[in-house]
Formats: sequence, structure tokens, C-alpha cells
Amino acid sequence: MYVAVKGGERAIDNAHAWLAEERRGDTSVAELSTSQIREQLALAVNRVMAEGSLYDPDLAALAIKQARGDLIEAIFLIRAYRTTLPRLGASEPVETAKMACDRRISATFKDAPGGQVLGPTFDYTHRLLDFKLAAEGETPQAPEAEPAGGPTPHITGFLNREGVIQSEPEGDEIPPDLTREPMELPANRSLRLQSLSRGDEGFILSMAYSTQRGYARNHAFVGELRIGAVAVEMEVPELGFAIEIGEITLTECETVNQFTGSKTEPAQFTRGYGLVFGQTERKAISMALVDRALRWKELGEEDQGAPAQDEEFVLMHADNIQATGFLEHIKLPHYVDFQSELELVRKLRREAQATSMPEAAE
Amino acid sequence: MTDQSYNFAYLDEQTKRMIRRAILKGLAIPGYQVPFASREMPMPYGWGTGGVQVSAATLMPDDTFKVIDQGADDTTNAVSIRKFFEKTAGVATTEETEKATVIQTRHRIPETPLHEDQVLVYQVPIPEPLRFLEPRETETRKMHSLEEYGLMHVKLYEDISQHGAIATSYAYPVKVEGRYVMDPSPIPKFDNPKMADCPAIQLFGAGREQRIYALPPYSRVVSLDFEDHPFDPSKADHPCDLCGAEDSYLDEVITDDAGGRMFVCSDTDYCRARREAGHVGAQAPAMKEGAGA
Repeated sequence: MYVAVKGGERAIDNAHAWLAEERRGDTSVAELSTSQIREQLALAVNRVMAEGSLYDPDLAALAIKQARGDLIEAIFLIRAYRTTLPRLGASEPVETAKMACDRRISATFKDAPGGQVLGPTFDYTHRLLDFKLAAEGETPQAPEAEPAGGPTPHITGFLNREGVIQSEPEGDEIPPDLTREPMELPANRSLRLQSLSRGDEGFILSMAYSTQRGYARNHAFVGELRIGAVAVEMEVPELGFAIEIGEITLTECETVNQFTGSKTEPAQFTRGYGLVFGQTERKAISMALVDRALRWKELGEEDQGAPAQDEEFVLMHADNIQATGFLEHIKLPHYVDFQSELELVRKLRREAQATSMPEAAE
Repeated sequence: MTDQSYNFAYLDEQTKRMIRRAILKGLAIPGYQVPFASREMPMPYGWGTGGVQVSAATLMPDDTFKVIDQGADDTTNAVSIRKFFEKTAGVATTEETEKATVIQTRHRIPETPLHEDQVLVYQVPIPEPLRFLEPRETETRKMHSLEEYGLMHVKLYEDISQHGAIATSYAYPVKVEGRYVMDPSPIPKFDNPKMADCPAIQLFGAGREQRIYALPPYSRVVSLDFEDHPFDPSKADHPCDLCGAEDSYLDEVITDDAGGRMFVCSDTDYCRARREAGHVGAQAPAMKEGAGA
């Protein structure tokens, strides 16, 4: 016999307790510390910081541990935390030209001032499982060299001197803040870049990939990709000048794209730009390609109706926290709505039957 | 006990102020969707973040809070949201519609008529009634500003020509004060008439979509229809099997694998109050309060 369902509260508490137990796993295996995650799963930490929009490796490591390695869940934890933090002010723009580069490559020039620095990359590894890692051995020390002295100027700066690459307009307007104002469309470029920078890596990657496969094709060269530490400076009102408040690692990608000119612009190279927290180069390159695809209007290009050209489509669907929340909410009870649909379907079927078999309906 | 590491009702005062401004604007322009800078909340988007933010901005320390999902106080997400505010705001909570000053709801309007001292907060997934006719926000905002609702009427007309009836059974669009077409959130159309001329303030929060809209007390709210196909707020043609109510929205519950089923009030508080007052439904004797816990 039916008894009204009660006990949601106890079920929730029990589910949480079980979850905590599953998170820990087999207790005969040593527990993972957050510093182990921070040091040894650094690229996961970087992704969580980038899409969580909060630069804090320790908190990101904690979130990954709490989320049992589910990175979107970890990003969610970070976002929910950052939203409660007071906003003390805004930093000065970071000077990526002064970056202490761990990695800096250009696909457009064989060599350039500052040199090509591969850095710690997977690029030329053979993707063979290394069973030695399963045996928990010590990793031999990598050879060291003196850090390259002198500045590492941006590659696109050289092209700019020749005038063959489009120059970006100067402006000192304060960019809108995606996290403090509702997204309004059409969005300007700084708003688009904010959205792409915190957008889902998989989504941005697929959007970028689609442009390479011909949906708004615009062949991109990686003019430069650089990864390294930059100083964050902030002007303190009491002092009246900017002081360094810390250092963050960033990945910056500038693409150089073919452009044969349009009604409004002469033939020249154009740019796409990606800037992401941490070592996150797949994301930064993807971001640059999508940024370039979204600039079709200002460059007077044709609207090909491609998904990556569609600002509203890209920006409204890039955020994985919005997407996963809404997707997963269909697990919640919907029986009131389903009941009304059920009544409607029954009614429509009754009516259809009555018209197809009038005598039976009598 | 309030969790002291967070501000009252979780959100900081500046954020609440921003939300209150959006609510006031919404009340001033009934049915108009006000963009607001929705915050990430500690529950997922799509799980009531809009409603939670509106409730957080509305609740005062001496309020009494009620949360329902599918009409019931004890569905998991209602429990979760109620506990959230018990923890972060320390407000009193109740399951009785009559005693609540702020009621957050998902998918239902309580059966007990609301009064002037109450605020009903709806959780809204897709605030745009025109969204499934036109996916672009830039277009739909234009359509609202030009009061260009022809597309909606064509859709309803096509329903009638194909099915003989308007094939929308929940989230049935309404027109507010003769101006804005508004999504009532996914309440069954049975609940639509309760929105009209309601003494309580009705607030709608859509967190993921960053929109708030509102109905001031005693607003004119009309469900869209045609003269020859008037709006029909239907429900299961059945009384409640527990309390015998003929006027409440019913859930269908499958009781065995041989096609057995019963109909019970979706509004659990309404059903409980009726049973306590001595009303008895057809299958009520077997009902044992709390036996399933």
C-alpha cells in the first residue's frame, strides 16, 4: 500500500556520508595530500584555477581532492568559493612582455630575440605508458642552464613594425566584469575574452577545431606561445603608486591569421588572442582561434553562419558550471510537469480515438 | 544556528542590494525580465540558484521560510534549500503555507490562498517565454520591446490546428497587465489562475540566465488563449485518494506492477491539513503517517 514518501532529509545525510567514504576509498591505501595534488597533478590544478577564475593552487588542489578528481565539480567548488570573497580592487594589467618564460615558442619564425624555449612540454614525448612510474622510482634531476638574460619581446611586435599585422586600438576604458554584471549581447572583445578564458576547455577546443575544419576557416599560425611567471601589481591608494603583490603563472597565445582584406580593411595579418591562468596551452591556443573567429564583424568578413562565428552561441554555452548544472537538474523530480503532460497525452489520444472510431465512442 | 563564516543569508550586503534593485525594477515593470549579475551559488545552476538569490535578498531575520518542490516540503531539493537557509540565515522554517512569510517554490503554487504578508519566490529555469520559438536572446528582447508576440499566437494556433487543443500543459505563457508575455516557470497550467489578482508578492529568479522578474500584488495575469479555444486549467479528473480533495492538483502514484495507481495531492501541506481536519479519501485508511521514513 502506498505511503507518502518521507525522509528526504535522512536520505541526503546518508548519501553525503557514503560519498565521504567513497572519496577516501580503500583505507589501506595511503591518503592523498593536497600538496601531492598541487605538485604532481599540476595541470589539473591549473585547469581548475583557470575555469574557476581563482588563482590559488592550494585551494584548487583541495577542490580536486574533495571532488574525487571530477574537475568540473572542482571548478564548481572554486567558483562557489570565489563568489563570497570581497573585492579589494583591480590590479594593473599584467606585463606579459616581461614574463619570466618557462616556455616560449613561435611557429612563424625559426628564431627570434629571446629564442625558442621548449620548456616542460609533452610535445615530443612518445605516448608510451611508462611502467617505471608505476614502480614509484625517483625521477632523475633535469639538467639546468642559466636563465636567458634580457627581455623576450612579443613576436607580433616585429610584424607590427612592418605594418603587415593589424594593430589593436589603444584604449583606457575599464573593461566590463563578467562576474559582476550580467552578460549583455552583443559583447565587446574584452567581455568575450573573459568568457573564453574561463570557459570549458573541451568546448573551446571543439569550437576552435571546427574553425580548422572549415566552419569559418581562418588559418591560424601560432605566432607565439609563452608560459611563465608575471608580476601582479596593484596601485594602493595610500601609496599613490603600484607595488608588486604577487606572481602568477600564465599561458599566452597570439595567433597570426591570414587575411586577404575586406571592404573595410586592407590585406594584412590579423590576430587572435588567448590568455589563461597556469600552464594551460591547449586552452590558450583554442581561445585564440575562437577569439579570431568571433572578430569577423569588426574585420568586415562574411558571416558564414558557422557556430564559432556566432557570439551568442559561443558565449552562452561556454561556461561548464552553467551547463552542467542545468543539464544535471533534469535528475530532480519533475513529476508535476510530467503529470500534466501525461494528462495532455491521454486527452489528445482520447480525442484522436473518438474521431477515428466515432461509432465506438458512442 | 547561523554559520558565522558567512553573512546573513549567505550573500554579502552589496550583492543583496544589487538583487533588491533588480527586484524593485521588476515590480515596477511587471513581467519584464530584469538582467542581474547572478552569482555562483553553492548549489548548481538549474537547481534553484535564481530562487535562492531572490530569497537571500528578501529574507529578514524574523521571517518564516517555507520551501517546496513539486508542491512537497520533503522532496530532496526542497530539503536541501531549506537546510541551506537554516544554516546561513538561521530563520524559522515551516511547512505550513499559512504561517510562512517567504515561500520558495519549484513547479507549484500552494493550494492554500496566499495573503498580503507573503512573498512567493519561484525558481525559473528558462525565463524567456519566447525561447523555444526563437533561440536568440538578442532577438527575443527586441520582440518584447516591440510587443511583437505574433509568433506565440501562431504557435498556439498551430497546436489547435494539429491537435485540436493547445498542447502546452506546464509553463503555459501568460500576459501581464496587458503588456509583457511572461513565463510562469514550469508550474502546471492548473496553477496559472492563482497568479492573477494574488495578494502576495510574486518574485521570479533565474540564476543561470541572470534574470529576475516580478508580479506586484493584485496584478492582472491572463493565460494566452483564443475566444473559441478558452484557456483550460486542467488536472487529473479525480479526487485525492488520501484527503478526498476535488480542487487540488494531483500526482499519480504507481502502487504496484499490475497497473494499480492512486492520485494524491501534490501539495503535501494542503493534504495533511485536510486529513487532520477529518477529510478522508478513497484509499486513506491504509495511510500511516511517517511509516515510510
